[in-house]
Amino acid sequence: MPENIVQLKGVSKTFDETMALADMNLCIKKNEFVTLLGPSGCGKTTTLRLIGGFEQPTSGTIWFNGKDISNVPSYKRQVNTIFQRYALFSHLDVYENIAFGLRIKKLEEQTIRQKVSKMLELVNLKGFEKREVDSLSGGQQQRVAIARALVNEPEVLLLDEPLAALDLKLRREMQHELKNMQKQLGITFVFVTHDQEEALSMSDTVVVMKDGEIQQIGTPEMIYNEPANAFVAGFIGESNIIDGIMRQDRLAEFGGAQFECVDVGFERDELVDVVIRPEDLALIPVEQAKLAGVVRSVTFLGVHYEMIVDAADGTAWLVHSTHMEPVGTKVGLDLAPMDIHIMKKVSES
Amino acid sequence: MKKSSSMIPYLIWMALFIIIPMLLVVYYAFTVKTPEGITWSLDNFARFFEPIYLKVLWRSLALALGSTLICLLLGYPVAMIMAGNAFTRKNVVMLLFVIPMWMNFLLRTYAWLAILERNGFLNVLLTSLGLPRLNILYTNTAVVLGMVYNFLPFMVLPIYSVLSKIDKGVIEAAGDLGANPVQVFTRVIFPLSLPGVISGITMVFMPALTTFVISRLLGGGQFTLIGNLIEQQFLVVADWGFGSAISMVMIIFILLSMAIMSFFEGEDKEKTLW
Amino acid sequence: MVKFIKRCYVYLIFVFLYMPIVVLMAYSFNDSRSRGTWGGFTLKWYVELFQDRTIMTSLYYTLLIGVSSALIATIIGTIAAIGIHNSRGLKKKMLMNITYIPVLNPDIVTAISLMILFVFAKVRLGFLTLLLAHITFNIPYVILSVLPKLRQLNIHLYEAALDLGATPTQAFWKVIIPEIMPGIVTGMLLAFTLSIDDFVISFFTTGSGVSTLSITAYSMARRGINPKINALSTIMFVSVLVLLVIVNLRQEMEQKKERGKKNGTKKQNRSYSPEFDNL
Repeated sequence: MPENIVQLKGVSKTFDETMALADMNLCIKKNEFVTLLGPSGCGKTTTLRLIGGFEQPTSGTIWFNGKDISNVPSYKRQVNTIFQRYALFSHLDVYENIAFGLRIKKLEEQTIRQKVSKMLELVNLKGFEKREVDSLSGGQQQRVAIARALVNEPEVLLLDEPLAALDLKLRREMQHELKNMQKQLGITFVFVTHDQEEALSMSDTVVVMKDGEIQQIGTPEMIYNEPANAFVAGFIGESNIIDGIMRQDRLAEFGGAQFECVDVGFERDELVDVVIRPEDLALIPVEQAKLAGVVRSVTFLGVHYEMIVDAADGTAWLVHSTHMEPVGTKVGLDLAPMDIHIMKKVSES
Repeated sequence: MKKSSSMIPYLIWMALFIIIPMLLVVYYAFTVKTPEGITWSLDNFARFFEPIYLKVLWRSLALALGSTLICLLLGYPVAMIMAGNAFTRKNVVMLLFVIPMWMNFLLRTYAWLAILERNGFLNVLLTSLGLPRLNILYTNTAVVLGMVYNFLPFMVLPIYSVLSKIDKGVIEAAGDLGANPVQVFTRVIFPLSLPGVISGITMVFMPALTTFVISRLLGGGQFTLIGNLIEQQFLVVADWGFGSAISMVMIIFILLSMAIMSFFEGEDKEKTLW
Repeated sequence: MVKFIKRCYVYLIFVFLYMPIVVLMAYSFNDSRSRGTWGGFTLKWYVELFQDRTIMTSLYYTLLIGVSSALIATIIGTIAAIGIHNSRGLKKKMLMNITYIPVLNPDIVTAISLMILFVFAKVRLGFLTLLLAHITFNIPYVILSVLPKLRQLNIHLYEAALDLGATPTQAFWKVIIPEIMPGIVTGMLLAFTLSIDDFVISFFTTGSGVSTLSITAYSMARRGINPKINALSTIMFVSVLVLLVIVNLRQEMEQKKERGKKNGTKKQNRSYSPEFDNL
């Protein structure tokens, strides 16, 4: 069982009047690729900065390999950070940027040269030693930032939205490269992003956050297929979220009909949120369906069609399907019990 | 927007009032009036090497360098503190710092007369505390004091300007990579602030070298720096040749310093006032 | 604790900066001429100041020269800046170098060179020469204030105006000028300030009894402390203080308005800071 390398116990952080993190408890395991995911202001960057030592918790403790490091300053911690805008030293060339941490540790010149060389190879920047960092492209600067951090062989690497400034194609490439690097080097990555696709494709574990609180922790599949609440469901992928009533265990009523589903643990006639993914809805003839409506719009997205179907009760269903019906057609919607996710209603915020 | 004709008034003006006067200075510097007429000669420059004048040059250099150094030592910490987190209302602090600069330069220098003279404020304070009087006026100290007082803001502002633009992330990155606060300063902050330091040195050393008001008011009638020397040649002795020669030496000196500075600056930065 | 020491250091520097001015202000109200004793509170030096014809005349000249040289320099300088902005290559480099000459030259060199010019051309030193000198050293500062604004100018604005039917001249006055106006205003204020504050150049290029405030103060100061100068200093300081405070307040109010427009996300201020406190 891999042990916890980083732990946050009851950590809260307040800035002036705002509470950025509320009583957070988080365990990060060794060699894990963990992503903190959430909208702006949810506290993910704050969490990262607390681990890095750039902020001190208002209350609670932070543990590293079993030791309390809450009061240890950043330069004494065994973690390294990739900053959002790279924060490269513009007065040093590429070689010196990467060598910075090694020089602080007063390693021998020979050793430094070896390590820096190896790093440059790893990030595909061989030959760039003497270049000025300001003359590099965004992607290249980012790789220097990665090399600069990794050359110090940290146990944990913190990445603060490192791919945010790159164009789409480059982003995808870097996502693969980072994932491979993590597997190769066998170190723990703590990754912060607001892009849920990025999170799902790269992580071993995803931590979904909102307003300073953890909403759900799980593998990408779990988060996607079994969102814990309406927020997670709405944030990850697209969803149809509608009001419904649980008549009894495994029986939900919405859209004017009753459906078999797989969720239990609700009270009789409890008001709930019903979450259905657009790709889980199939178009069938009206006569065979419990749910029906009129197609309002059709958009061809390459991979599938995206359609909005207006039901009689006013609900606008989002449907993703490779099958298409033109605008104005009356259609029926089919769904399997497994694809109906029931969630407790949360207080609106 | 092709208004190339708009350049003409400016070009005429500059030619008349900048180029021609400078050429005249060169002319006077390199010519001597003899009984036969005007001849080209290096005599004016040769006079400069007489011991009495070399002493003036030496003294001006020493005082200017001294003041610049003091401004740097006193001013850099000020710039750092102001750019940091010690003050929340930075605008106000900046404003307070800039206000004295806006006071008339002459009156600011004059004020030190009131403080440093025998019955001035300083001595009133000292005697009331039972301490002996200090006769600072009309000494090197008074002149240096006057220079530092007048030029300190010009050292602080460029350094502050550069420091405040440093991306906070870079400082955190240095810490993240293991540098303790002292190392962060020596290896990252100070090197990055160099352009500001050089600006500051430029804006203090040049005026300090060529001032004549400060030396006249705070140094007294006999205290001669290069600026006073030039003034004398033009207004008292009427030896324009020598005066022009000294001015030319000054200009060359300044051009040299600028060349050395731009060597340190490196790349071609956009020229702005700060 | 560290913060406290840092603040104290800066406060000490402030004391150093303000002490002479405050001392002068105190003495300006001193009934006794001597600086050693306090003779009681009086306003008589202020009265004498306003009755002093020399000082009042020089104040008049100072303001007159200040305003006129600033205006003329602004006009010539703005047009020049536009011309420089539009030129390229060697021509542009040369123009920039010429512009920098008065800025980099020690003022005493500029002063004597102008004096030589006027005497050589047999022009009598007086109001005209003073004005010409002031305009000359002001123009570069106007150019240096306007050029950055021109660089920031979006060329598409001019083209958009043309596209919408404006003639080049109209486009110029209705679009370009308003956009660079802040630079023009800054340049004008800078020129005015430099003119008011100037001593060396005025000293060498004026004559016929035309004196500026700085020159008058210099002649008086050479003879020693004069309470009228103390009074003058006080008035100047207070006016500068009031002016700067007003300007600053206006700026803050405008900034608050800007912030009010952008409701919502508060961006973290990511430039420079707290790490310094660890030093």
